[in-house]
Amino acid sequence: MILNMGPQHPSTHGVLRVMLEIDGETVVRIMPDIGYLHTGIEKTCEAKFYQQVVPLTDRIDYLCPLTNNLCYCLAVEKLLALEIPPKAQWLRVLLNELTRINSHLVWLGTHALDIGAMTVFLYCFREREDVLRLFEAVSGQRMMTSYFRIGGLALEPPMDFLDRVRDFVRRFPARVDEYENLLTANPIWEMRTKGVARITPEDAVALGASGPTLRASGVDFDLRRDMPYSSYDKFNFDVPVAQEGDVFARYLCRVRELRESNKIVEQALAGMPEGPIKAEAPKVVLPDREKMKTQMEALIYHFKIITEGFSVPAGEVYQAVESPRGEMGYYVVSDGTAKPYRVHMRSACLANLQTLPAMCEGRLIADVVAAIGSIDIVLGEIDR
Amino acid sequence: MSLKPAITDLEQLKEHPAVACLERGLPGSIEAAKFEHDEMSLYIERSSIREACALLRDHPSCPFNFLSDVTCVDWYPAEPRFEVIYHLLSIRQKERVRLKVRLGDDAPSLDSVTPIWPAANYFEREVYDLFGIRFLGHPYLRRIQMPDDWEGHPLRKDYPVEGYR
Repeated sequence: MILNMGPQHPSTHGVLRVMLEIDGETVVRIMPDIGYLHTGIEKTCEAKFYQQVVPLTDRIDYLCPLTNNLCYCLAVEKLLALEIPPKAQWLRVLLNELTRINSHLVWLGTHALDIGAMTVFLYCFREREDVLRLFEAVSGQRMMTSYFRIGGLALEPPMDFLDRVRDFVRRFPARVDEYENLLTANPIWEMRTKGVARITPEDAVALGASGPTLRASGVDFDLRRDMPYSSYDKFNFDVPVAQEGDVFARYLCRVRELRESNKIVEQALAGMPEGPIKAEAPKVVLPDREKMKTQMEALIYHFKIITEGFSVPAGEVYQAVESPRGEMGYYVVSDGTAKPYRVHMRSACLANLQTLPAMCEGRLIADVVAAIGSIDIVLGEIDR
Repeated sequence: MSLKPAITDLEQLKEHPAVACLERGLPGSIEAAKFEHDEMSLYIERSSIREACALLRDHPSCPFNFLSDVTCVDWYPAEPRFEVIYHLLSIRQKERVRLKVRLGDDAPSLDSVTPIWPAANYFEREVYDLFGIRFLGHPYLRRIQMPDDWEGHPLRKDYPVEGYR
């Protein structure tokens, strides 16, 4: 029998349609069907100026908007050969890791909810509320922050921002203990997730899986540590790796990543450098408002950047960052004008979704729900 | 960070593992090379793309076992119009390389690399859907993002941003 799961389904984490060919309760074939959230973002980017693309990038992987911003800004800054000041780089790391915590909280809450643990969902969203308030404090927006701009950050963070982050970071490890208390040694959780949807490391690499989906199968690779960007090489953190490659292993990897991200934020707070938050590039970076209102050149630059954009030297760049889901890459091709010629987003989820047949064929239907949750997909990134 | 000029001379780039491997195993497959922004781009001859990918995946010391991405750029109205781009990553050596294949306009087609990296499956479907490039040997070449009965290939440069519907 062919059963259709989705696109409207509480467990598909978005508008994913999965066609299941089943024999009794066993899945014989599984075929994901995507494209329900396709909005042509890549095409739209070609019609916008470079700085106008930044808000579009927020909406691609909408659970980690700052990571998208970071990847795109790093790519264009590479094309422009801009030197980003250390304070901006450290704040980018700090906010990136808060975004990772945010994204993993959604993953944990919804994944646990799919499998039946409703309390975890509410606990995770309680912490997420704190992080969203931090994002609102710094950028004015809870989710689609667009806070990282080409050349640094959009605005100076408020004066009490770092204290609020410090407060969150102090409270957070106890919360992770709460989630683990509810799930990790829970016999129901273990029965539903141990040995379920296993994938071998060779298959995972061959299918292009990255991030926790790859690390849970034993492949120790994390872009933050192995190919660092934006001063990640100055931070000390462990990269959780598991060996079994099943849903439980992916769960453990991500929960440990919550703790590691907390560690990174603590280090960022402790060692935050002083200095400007924007690069020294008047033709690319908007001037401060006071300068814009008092100096003629600043006013002219402001006007030119907003109405005509800035031209980027011709070339191409592929910048990859470690998003909460895996390797998120931006391939930006410039033809020397103020609008990008081509922007392509390498979606971590699209590649991770390809592991679904390898994980689910031959298993029970209920395991499909656990598997989809454990891959942690976001349809905005898959479909763009 | 100043803008360093691109290095396009193949002689200077011979130490890069990908260049060395292809020069030795498949001479003549590299049409041109470019090293810019610390990234290596190799223009590969169209008929040797599958063999080149297999050689790179099975490289003894720097295996490019991870296919990051397959995408395409439309250079309309310049000829050759399409450029299919493969981003490879060697997990062991933490080395990236970009392979580019230039295709002309009428019925552009290319060998699929799904036998080498199954990861190419969805990426090549997306390139087919949005650009119209057929991948020969692909197990299931259907539209992936656009509806199945869509006409036209939206990411081509002669397709308007607003679309037709």
